[in-house]
Amino acid sequence: MRESTIMKIHYGTALAAVALVAVHILMRLTQGFADSLEYESVLANYKFIPYAIMLELILILLAVHGFNGLRVILIELKQGRIYEKAVSYGCLAAMIGLIAYGSRTIIMTNMGLV
Amino acid sequence: MPQDEHKEGVGGMINPTRYGIERVAYLLMRLSGLGLLAYFVAHIYETSNILRGQVGWNEFLELTQTTEGHIFLAIVIAMCVFHTVNGIRVMLGHGGVGVGKPARPDYPYDPASQNYRHKIGIYSSIVLAAVATMYGLAVMFGE
Amino acid sequence: MAQVSSISNEQSSTAKSIILKISRYNPEHDESSQFMEFNVKYEKWTTVLEAILDVKKHFDHSVAVRYSCRQATCGSCGMIINGKPRLACFTKISELDSNVVTVEPMNNFPVIRDLAVKFEKLFDSHQKIKPYLIRDDTELVSDEKEFLQTPEEVEQYIQFANCIKCGLCNSACPTMATDSSFVGPQALAQAYRYVADSRDKGKDSRLKIIDDSHGIWRCHFAGSCSQVCPKGVDPAMGIQLLRGYMLGFRS
Repeated sequence: MRESTIMKIHYGTALAAVALVAVHILMRLTQGFADSLEYESVLANYKFIPYAIMLELILILLAVHGFNGLRVILIELKQGRIYEKAVSYGCLAAMIGLIAYGSRTIIMTNMGLV
Repeated sequence: MPQDEHKEGVGGMINPTRYGIERVAYLLMRLSGLGLLAYFVAHIYETSNILRGQVGWNEFLELTQTTEGHIFLAIVIAMCVFHTVNGIRVMLGHGGVGVGKPARPDYPYDPASQNYRHKIGIYSSIVLAAVATMYGLAVMFGE
Repeated sequence: MAQVSSISNEQSSTAKSIILKISRYNPEHDESSQFMEFNVKYEKWTTVLEAILDVKKHFDHSVAVRYSCRQATCGSCGMIINGKPRLACFTKISELDSNVVTVEPMNNFPVIRDLAVKFEKLFDSHQKIKPYLIRDDTELVSDEKEFLQTPEEVEQYIQFANCIKCGLCNSACPTMATDSSFVGPQALAQAYRYVADSRDKGKDSRLKIIDDSHGIWRCHFAGSCSQVCPKGVDPAMGIQLLRGYMLGFRS
């Protein structure tokens, strides 16, 4: 993938994440911060499909943005073909791993498998 | 043997003292980005405790609902707000917005790209981060 | 003769002195660099380069320094002066407001000896972005002898044509501090200089060259390059305007 395409994705995920994370935080504040973290309240959030979809989107957007940011920092710190490939694939693997792990929580909770 | 490139190294890269507020913003952007990524990974792990049922969730919640936990979260709020506001400034700058127009330079050659618009953007992101942190602390410790 | 003598007396009566600390390092012999200190007299118009040349003349002729024009035109005498990259011929000691002036070789360039550094990579990166007008036609076969431009069209790039390739921007850049493969602010600003030139038709090929994992995207708009540029080129502006083409902000 061309670097310009990667960086356009980086900017796009940032803007989209800002909007969705703002909704996520506002949900905590409107419900009362401590109350919103109660087990029943969190479970209800996960079971509400539009909210679960939003959490999944936030997970994907931030994982892509965050691990690409990490890749950028790491390839600027040290250079070399093998190192750079390891960084790129390592970040990609970590990104996929985190999305998979987070999705497992969202899907299982949403489906009532708790 | 490869020739020593006489690189300034990480020490030079993170030194914010020589080139004004723009270089401070550059450093804070990196640090907040790394901090937020670390928090994000921890948050995904933290929320996965819901799969352990009410007991598991409450056990983990107890760990985070402490004074230290609230202060940690306040730092996360600061990083999040700074990274967001400064990120939008940098993104606009990257598109060539607000960086000035090319013109014949005159001595003493003040660079048009390092203008008040971007400086205000940087200071705003720091102030907004501080305000959001105080609000966050008020919410967390107020309850 | 009497007049010369009186001028000399007057100079010495108004002259102040500073300690000039010069970084000495010969990669062929030395493990690391060491500072040598010299007490140098200066007037309010004395430049750092003149002080270094004074040291060479009166104290130690073996100090290695590259210089030529002495008027900020050749771009030879870039060095780190009191922690920041500057041209030695363009920096007056009186402006530094310090009793100690430290001079070191520019960062991010291999050291030849003492204050002289190698510029090969800077010139290679500069060459890489095709620093010339690219057109299908040429002046020789065209009916017109010149490619006419309006003053507004000239204004779009003339600032960036002032680059003297002194390397100060590359020395100040935070990405260059760790990234050996980064093309650097000097070359990127020059890429914009040609892309913005209405006579040039090589935009696409240049954008392709810099759209690399160590190309334009490794600039994070810290702006240190623009702050140290002694000619007002403002590489940070050129780079962001260039990136504007790639992000679709400009056409």
